[in-house]
Amino acid sequence: MRKRHLLSTADLTVDDANLILDTAQELSTVAGRAIKKLPTLRGRTVVNLFFEDSTRTRISFETAAKRLSADVINFSAKGSSVSKGESLKDTALTLEAMGADAVVVRHWASGGAHRLANAGWIHSSVVNAGDGTHEHPTQALLDAYTLRQRLGSVAGRHVAIVGDVLHSRVARSNVHLLSTLGAEVTLVGPPTLLPHGVDSWPCAYSYELDPVLPKCDAVMMLRVQRERMNQAFFPTEREYSRRYGLHAARMAMLPEHAVVMHPGPMNRGLEISAEVADSVRSTITEQVANGVSVRMAVLYLLLGGAESAIGNDEEGSAR
Amino acid sequence: MSGTSYVIRGAQLLGGEAGDLYVNDGVFAEDAVRGAAVIDAAGLIALPGLVDLHTHLREPGREDAETVLTGTRAAAAGGFTAVHAMANTDPVADTAGVVEQVWRLGREAGYCDVRPVGAVTVGLKGERLAELGAMADSAARVRVFSDDGHCVSDAALMRRALEYVKAFGGVVAQHAQEPRLTEGAQMNEGELSGMLGLQGWPAVAEEAIIARDVLLAAHTGSRLHVCHLSTAGSVEIVRWAKSRGYPVTAEVTPHHLLLTEDLIQGYDPVYKVNPPLRSATDVEAVRAGLADGTIDAVATDHAPHPVEAKDCEWAVAAMGMLGLETAVSVVQRTMVETGLLDWAGVADRMSVRPARIGGLAEHGRSFEAGAPANVVLVDPAASRVVEPGALQSLSRNTPYAGMKLPGAVVATLLHGSATVLDGRVVER
Repeated sequence: MRKRHLLSTADLTVDDANLILDTAQELSTVAGRAIKKLPTLRGRTVVNLFFEDSTRTRISFETAAKRLSADVINFSAKGSSVSKGESLKDTALTLEAMGADAVVVRHWASGGAHRLANAGWIHSSVVNAGDGTHEHPTQALLDAYTLRQRLGSVAGRHVAIVGDVLHSRVARSNVHLLSTLGAEVTLVGPPTLLPHGVDSWPCAYSYELDPVLPKCDAVMMLRVQRERMNQAFFPTEREYSRRYGLHAARMAMLPEHAVVMHPGPMNRGLEISAEVADSVRSTITEQVANGVSVRMAVLYLLLGGAESAIGNDEEGSAR
Repeated sequence: MSGTSYVIRGAQLLGGEAGDLYVNDGVFAEDAVRGAAVIDAAGLIALPGLVDLHTHLREPGREDAETVLTGTRAAAAGGFTAVHAMANTDPVADTAGVVEQVWRLGREAGYCDVRPVGAVTVGLKGERLAELGAMADSAARVRVFSDDGHCVSDAALMRRALEYVKAFGGVVAQHAQEPRLTEGAQMNEGELSGMLGLQGWPAVAEEAIIARDVLLAAHTGSRLHVCHLSTAGSVEIVRWAKSRGYPVTAEVTPHHLLLTEDLIQGYDPVYKVNPPLRSATDVEAVRAGLADGTIDAVATDHAPHPVEAKDCEWAVAAMGMLGLETAVSVVQRTMVETGLLDWAGVADRMSVRPARIGGLAEHGRSFEAGAPANVVLVDPAASRVVEPGALQSLSRNTPYAGMKLPGAVVATLLHGSATVLDGRVVER
């Protein structure tokens, strides 16, 4: 993969995506070993730069980098550059001076990772770990990985993504990646939570969940922020839950083999019932485990993995 | 300033026939004065000095972005002889004291006639009227009032403002932006905003206010001027209002004539502006509106910002872009080269009509003897690659950096005195 950054799944070709998923599969065997560590990125520095709290994503990236023997620095830069605190540029310059090889960035602003990668402030690789309401590429990659694991393939599968698509970076990244990989995607949500112009996206959309369920191989439930209710996106939590929540009766409408996914953290009882979240169809904990493998693959490939990930103990020299 | 004499030899007057212009003592003269300096204007187009209805000079308050001196030097370099300085300074230009300060700074700088715009409401807060009469009666003789940057969204307040300024022949220039529909808005709402995850700024937020205001103008019989309209729907509404004879005028910025929202894909905040860059369809519509006269004027909305206000994330970046020094080039590219306007049309939209809207008796005039010698010479055959570092403005936030644009301002005369000669700003 000749890319330096991972900013958007829209930038990935089928070959890029499959390479990441295949590499992740290879690397996943490390998790089963007694010593869960490869020397691949020894001497490299990975910075987790988080402008927004996300313990689960940060821990996942941290675990991935450490399993590849990279040095990991966690940099929590809460608050915005408009309020007090350092600007993104100055933070970037600081990291550059410290010799970061890769910066994993979570930012509350859409385009935060793009700016970090392209404004000319730094030379290191940038991995987008979620930017505002734009994208979260490694989440989509781990979702695709999970689908492949559970269903055998992504191509030709039908995936419904349900809920607050408007504010969801997970949905955007998944629409790009799953359609690139040949899946058929249907976005489901109230019209208020589907973006303007969604009819031109590479997917279908529906305002109703029930008719979509019987043809799904997978249903991906998005987290719904309770405060959206106050901005008139939907009238009440109960109404949302009734129309778009996945509960046992709805789950029964799914084909036998279909799986239920959620990027977490869940609002049990709002978009997903406890019964569904804890059912055998649920892939939620697998998604977490797969997240580490996929992030290992991304870091490995961006930081110079020219050859097979395992069995190549010397670091790749290409950068 | 006066006392200087020029012979402008062989200029194409308004882009038409070649002729000589004689300047003496601040006005055009019948004949050459002995000893007058000769400006060889062969191949150059002579237009009345350009008039900008919408300029942010930033002084007082943000002298790190622009001052009256640097901003008017930029204006002169762009061929302007008069600019309207917007009221959103710090302190806000909502009192006679502040507008007189800006007016005086303009006189001292000497590069341009600076006409301060007065705020409609105190502190631009949209709550109660500023002392519009005091500003009108001040030495600055304010005639254009605007809360630019903010919309006078309260319909009753807007109605009163429109009515009140009739007493002194004023005009309310509205920044049309329905505030509730644009809370947190980042870019034009459409396919791209959804993809980029940037909160949409719907066309209807602009159009709904313009629709309301043209009806208010009709009801009150007062003059409304629509600032920087940017959508096809806005053009339609103004066209309709004019067809009914309502006292409405409108302006469009050079950037809305040339640039589209597609530029935002890289999240570079140099393209962040209010109103936002729109679609190609909108660009086509505003060009057509300017061509048929629905839109009266090109106004730059020159909005300087210091480097740090743009060298950051999109969401926190300031809105606005430079415009004075590239305006005539952008109009040449978008309107003249496309055949939508001839140079006489450019003179009309960039000088005659804006001068009339702003109530400027000494600008936007013909070249007849006795008229104030405000004139600009443009070389339409020239072209240049825009270099932010070479601009007269104190700021660098031009969206045209690296872009090749046609035309060059060779000379600007303000009341008969050169502010630009041989393409260079004259030191004074």
